[in-house]
Amino acid sequence: MSESNSATESKNSGIKKIDDQGILKGVEGLTPEKIESVIQQVITNETGARLKVYVDTCVHCGLCSKGCHYYLSLNDPKFSPAGKVKQTLAEIMQKKGKVSPEFIKQAAVIAYTQCNLCKRCAMYCPFGLDVAYVMSVMRRICHKLGVVPLYIQDTAHSHSVTMNQMWVKDDEWVDTLMWQEEEAQEAFENLRIPLDIEGADLFYSVIGPEPKFRAQLIFQAAVIMNAVGENWTMPSMPGWDNSDMCMFTGDYEMMERLKRCHFESALNLRAKRIVMGECGHAFRSVYDVGNRALGWRMPPIEIIHAIDYFNELFEQNRIKIKKKFDTPVTLHDPCNVSRGRGLHDKARNLVNATCSNFIEMVPNREHNYCCSAGGGVINCGPPFKNARVESGKEKARQLLEAKEKGAKVVIAPCHNCHGGLEDIIHHYNVGMELKFFGDIIYEILDLP
Amino acid sequence: MHDLYSFFTGPFAWLTFIVFIGGSVWRFSSLWQLAQKKDGHVFEYMDTKFALRSIAHWLVPFGSRSMKLNPAMTVVTFLFHICLFITPIFVFGHVILWKENFNISWFTLPNAVADVMTFIVIASCIFFLWRRITLPEVKYLTTPSDFVILFIVAAPFITGFWVYHQFAGSAFMTIIHIISGEVMLMAIPFTKLFHMFLFPFTRGYIGSEFGGVRMAKDW
Ligand code: HEM
Ligand code: SF4
Ligand code: SF4
Repeated sequence: MSESNSATESKNSGIKKIDDQGILKGVEGLTPEKIESVIQQVITNETGARLKVYVDTCVHCGLCSKGCHYYLSLNDPKFSPAGKVKQTLAEIMQKKGKVSPEFIKQAAVIAYTQCNLCKRCAMYCPFGLDVAYVMSVMRRICHKLGVVPLYIQDTAHSHSVTMNQMWVKDDEWVDTLMWQEEEAQEAFENLRIPLDIEGADLFYSVIGPEPKFRAQLIFQAAVIMNAVGENWTMPSMPGWDNSDMCMFTGDYEMMERLKRCHFESALNLRAKRIVMGECGHAFRSVYDVGNRALGWRMPPIEIIHAIDYFNELFEQNRIKIKKKFDTPVTLHDPCNVSRGRGLHDKARNLVNATCSNFIEMVPNREHNYCCSAGGGVINCGPPFKNARVESGKEKARQLLEAKEKGAKVVIAPCHNCHGGLEDIIHHYNVGMELKFFGDIIYEILDLP
Repeated sequence: MHDLYSFFTGPFAWLTFIVFIGGSVWRFSSLWQLAQKKDGHVFEYMDTKFALRSIAHWLVPFGSRSMKLNPAMTVVTFLFHICLFITPIFVFGHVILWKENFNISWFTLPNAVADVMTFIVIASCIFFLWRRITLPEVKYLTTPSDFVILFIVAAPFITGFWVYHQFAGSAFMTIIHIISGEVMLMAIPFTKLFHMFLFPFTRGYIGSEFGGVRMAKDW
């Protein structure tokens, strides 16, 4: 049990030594005057009554603590939602922006790495105060001050240069698709990944890391689309990546460019709707944050998550399976599609349509715990990995409980969750296997 | 003594109402205007049905998972808020004052009931104080003003209890009772006590966002 010991040791340590060049170098260039003027700019131009009310109305009752897995895992009040507000915007508002570079350094670590922006706390605070919103404002200030963790800033740079998260060049993208098409043809004769088809029923978009690290997911999706005879397409040009780290660094201008590019890519092809791969944060960026920033109350084109799409295939009897997946499974509800889009019921339909033995983890649905990787935290990279895994202790406990009831496989329909859960499973010796819905469906698919 | 009494029940009472009502209207309208200028999304996503749905769940004891996880706090806070609200309006001694001054009157609580309710408020404040001092997650958030506000809220009830039971010096305590009640009312617009007016809006907004966009429950 050395793992849980190390987690207890971290108790009360708050922020350990910061080993992130993005933050350290960024803070070096700060002066109190610059800090004050940037803060004033963000607070007066970009926020209003909502922020004021969130900071001033808090009655300091601490009830949000049990809403946050950081607090539950570390048992340290500095990690409670209101505790994070206290260390960041509450002090900033009280001092009217007159805070030191050292303060900004700590605030950046808190906002970028100690909050997954999962919004679970809003369901535990009696007033519904949304601490994720407050942390986003803090990130926005840090972004404008140039104090952003190095690794996530690198992905933001990639977004601005290539319009995708992973520095994938335009020719590499098309190459990858053609390579996956070829691979998939072994399983499925004459399989195509149709590029740039106008008027397709379905425009399929993925996140940057798919072609880079998990190309087999594109292959699986292609097999499923072909098996059900879908009239689908993927874009050959930028716009194919639906992910968005700029949303998480606080670079909203860039986020808007990215979302516009993605929506336009589908609209230019006159696609009927967008279906996106199994990713949570990308869904949040197109369905909640990015569209809003661009002035669309709801996305300008129908856009659905893979859970929704797969569920539809089963409900409409469009898909044939050999037999149900029979290893006992449990389901992790990704924050951004369950608490973010209420897909938890559809996800359960889908589990029941594909698996014969389903065991719930508790709490679940809207109340599920974040994987501790969300909100860009995992993208802040190695300097924060140990701290991230420690904050997943409660998640590990929840997984182990499901395992005790017999579950052997965790279905997690989100890329970020896979990253986070993989580390948690490894660190706490949980010993469960992780799968996407796509993996399961591909495995049980009855190919014509 | 009598001069003091008539000052605090006369001019100062009027001042209290002006500050309480005027201050609340001012604070509320300045927030509203700011929201209209800067928080367009709040109005865009606000949805009466989802707002009321959320507020209803949070106004019913144990209507949310959060309340179930904190049963002692839930019981105490509901009793506290109900007694805090009902007692001063319906206690016999206050209704009489309305009758004498404005010739309007309404239902009154039996004295014994009002006495118990007053005691509940005082005991609840002690419970809140205990939480603030002992629970690490509450202690960490606590600022000196939290203690002051708790005291401001408890004071009218402690002194009222004192006067009703005719403890030593209750004539003087009557004046302290009046002053403390007035201080509490005047503090509402300028402190976190303003939460009584903001609750429907903060809860209503997050309820609307969860209901209309996130399609999830928020309780
Ligand atoms: C009618 C609307 C009101 C609502 C919906 C409301 C709601 C709440 C809620 C949700 C809390 C959070 C903590 C808890 O559950 O105790 C709270 C705390 C509190 N409320 Fe209210 N409240 C209202 C009116 C008032 C009024 C009129 C006062 C006094 C003037 C008051 C005094 C307090 C105090 C002192 C606390 C903090 C307890 C502590 O220190 O932990 N409330 N209220
Ligand atoms: S948004 Fe999630 S991670 Fe952030 S404070 Fe709230 S519960 Fe914790
Ligand atoms: S539950 Fe809400 S009001 Fe209470 S401390 Fe947390 S954020 Fe503040």
